[in-house]
Amino acid sequence: MSVETNSQETSIEYAKRATRETAKRLARFFSIRLVLQIITIIIGVYITILVANMGGYVDTILKASIIEEVNMEVSAMVSEKDIPREMREQMVRDLVAERERLAGLDQPFIQRSFHHLWNGLTLNFGRARFMVSDHGSRMVRNIILERLPATLLLMGVSQLLLFFVTISLALAVSRHYGSTWDKIIVAMSPTSSIPPWFYGIFLILIFAAWLKVLPFSGMVDAPPPPTKLGYFLNVLKHLILPAGSLFISSFFINTYSWRTFFLIYSSEDYVDMAKAKGLGDRAIERRYILRPTLPSIITSFALLMVGIWTGATLTETIFNWPGLGTTIYTAISKYDTAVIVGTTIIQAYMLGITVFFLDFLYAIVDPRVKLGGGK
Amino acid sequence: MKKLKDTFQDIIRYPSAIVGLLIVLALIVFSIYTMITIPYKEAIYLWKGTEEVVYKNPRNAQPTWSNWFRKDKLPESIDVYAGEDESFTKEVTPREKGGNQIEFNYELDYNYNELPQDIFMYFTSNYTDRNPFIVITMITPSGEEIKVFDGGISQASNIRFGQEEKLLTRLIRLHGRDTETQSQLKGVIEGLFTKIGSYPPEMNKGKYVINVKATTFEEGSNVDAELVMHGTVFGLFGTDHMRRDLKVAIMWGAPIALAFGLTAALGTALISMFIAALGTWFGGWLDELIQRITEVNMVIPYLSILIMVGTFYSRSIWVLLLVTILLNIFSGSIKSQRAIFLQVRESTYIEAAKAYGTNDFRIITRYMIPRVIPMIIPGLVSAVPAYVFLEASLAILGLGDPTVPTWGKIINDARTYGALYQGMFYWILEPAVFLMITGLGFAMLGFALDRIFNPRLRGM
Repeated sequence: MSVETNSQETSIEYAKRATRETAKRLARFFSIRLVLQIITIIIGVYITILVANMGGYVDTILKASIIEEVNMEVSAMVSEKDIPREMREQMVRDLVAERERLAGLDQPFIQRSFHHLWNGLTLNFGRARFMVSDHGSRMVRNIILERLPATLLLMGVSQLLLFFVTISLALAVSRHYGSTWDKIIVAMSPTSSIPPWFYGIFLILIFAAWLKVLPFSGMVDAPPPPTKLGYFLNVLKHLILPAGSLFISSFFINTYSWRTFFLIYSSEDYVDMAKAKGLGDRAIERRYILRPTLPSIITSFALLMVGIWTGATLTETIFNWPGLGTTIYTAISKYDTAVIVGTTIIQAYMLGITVFFLDFLYAIVDPRVKLGGGK
Repeated sequence: MKKLKDTFQDIIRYPSAIVGLLIVLALIVFSIYTMITIPYKEAIYLWKGTEEVVYKNPRNAQPTWSNWFRKDKLPESIDVYAGEDESFTKEVTPREKGGNQIEFNYELDYNYNELPQDIFMYFTSNYTDRNPFIVITMITPSGEEIKVFDGGISQASNIRFGQEEKLLTRLIRLHGRDTETQSQLKGVIEGLFTKIGSYPPEMNKGKYVINVKATTFEEGSNVDAELVMHGTVFGLFGTDHMRRDLKVAIMWGAPIALAFGLTAALGTALISMFIAALGTWFGGWLDELIQRITEVNMVIPYLSILIMVGTFYSRSIWVLLLVTILLNIFSGSIKSQRAIFLQVRESTYIEAAKAYGTNDFRIITRYMIPRVIPMIIPGLVSAVPAYVFLEASLAILGLGDPTVPTWGKIINDARTYGALYQGMFYWILEPAVFLMITGLGFAMLGFALDRIFNPRLRGM
């Protein structure tokens, strides 16, 4: 009797200890991943800055913003007093030289590039030459941060939809291997080589130019609807075509490749074993097929999302969706170098965060990380 | 050789592979044809759209075949030289005092419901002192004789009907519209081709005659004429806002897309294969470094980097191609190649090679890489569309090579000049269809190859 209680206690103890161990291992895994990812992002941003500054463009951006600042300060200082022009110009020159020295522009290239890196990492991108944020700010950071939510909305909606729709469809199709639907998915998968913006053009042609049921472009009507609900519905209406083109362009390839994963995994012995035990279809799917494939699905989804960021720039441009992609397009046409560099760095950040987030998901679903610490 | 034959037999078992292969072959043939008929230099010259190149082309004209789908046909463009066509006659009668009296007559059957864009006459003449004198008259189906132009001409002159101020004044008087209740004539062409006095303007359909009487004053002095009418349909592909024939860009788009796509796909695949081989063979820090670089490369937003290169340094398509290759060497494909090499490295024949002292370089190039090549071919073929579309993407962002005519640049022009809003769908659809066919062709072939070379996918 006493022995039994004892062993029971130990098993509970053991379970508790195992959970603690798992938590510890997960924590360690994540902190390592986090540090690695931060280093990765830093290197990514550094490379971006090196490319941008190969022609001295970051230096020029910095110099321009220093000169503008100093000019403003000096004119504010001397506006009340009667100071000869030459003296004022001398003041400006001195101040500019001083500030440039402080900003490290007199240092050799390598040192300077680290200066720029710090600015980039702290999102300190300087001033835009021509572009202005909706609130009237010339700071590149404000322009970009104002546009970021639009991009996140478009990407978030289309990618989440894509993920869940294609997984469930792939499961259904793999169950009916060889059916008409299955064949259609296989036959249609090469259409995913066509990028989303391209589908965008066709969707605009059909739904905006021809059928006239959905708006050509933009995120809300001008003027926007007054009520909150009206505004929301209006954004939703504008969202259909851009999100739809992002969705369509990855839909078939995702469904196809995941269905193939499922098919490969469903021919494993343990699945046959589960079938022999008489488990229900749903249970087999969830526990024996979906579960072991999830890590690889998440990896492939990560790669896909990284690719989609590229496509999203163009899709936003085609639909005039006021996100980062459109910002970079406008910046190119106005030759606003600071905005181009800033947007590129923000995109590096977004990519880094995406990869880290998917790593996080990966660790949660991958039993090797959780139990064995095999990674 | 036998292996190649087997592969080929595998390929023809998949219908999508056959379609893909046919498309790719057709594109190659089309590209070669283009390069022979329009040499590169000529294509660039034609695409500059200088006046002597585009003088025959109307602006924003639909392709001629679009008329097949219309009940109301649009006027076709015309370009005839006097004497070369029976509708455009030339008669020379010598004058007593020396010189010639030359009469040109052009008969035009005009039964369209739309106005043409404009009519031009190009005259060339030879003389030493006294230049020839011409009178152009247009006779409408209802019999009015309208003087278009009279005056002397030089060695090479052109008369643009739409810009003859005197003619416009005459036509306004002739039509006699009451400007308080009716809007004035929009231009010469409306005045010439609508019924006099009709309002709202009604087309005057039927046979028009353009009569030119030229008088020369010297012995042997001669005049030749060319008539150009800008309709609203033109050629096989139509024209753009600069009156350039889209044929040039549609045709040259193919070799450029193929060159860009194939070079980028082949370049990245080969270089990354070699790097993956080195990494797996030597292992250790080299392998680790390659993996870290791949991770960093994943974070770099590569379209934006290309955009920076395009804006800051060079818009040359070949520079961008090089950067594309560099940015794509350490992409996801290097990971899958690494996995394959890791398996190959453990094979017994490699062990044997090592045992009899083969050097590293030889093992990599002669023993490992040949094993892997068939496995990377599907990925290579499937990667081509991405690069073809990348070139188009850059063009749409306004970073296309300014001199080279490509499909992406047509789409960009069309978008910038409102083709979607103004219903000029041909302008965007033609390059789009070509891009799509190219992309699908390579993708279908790549998919089929993937199944052939990947035994696990066979039959799935």
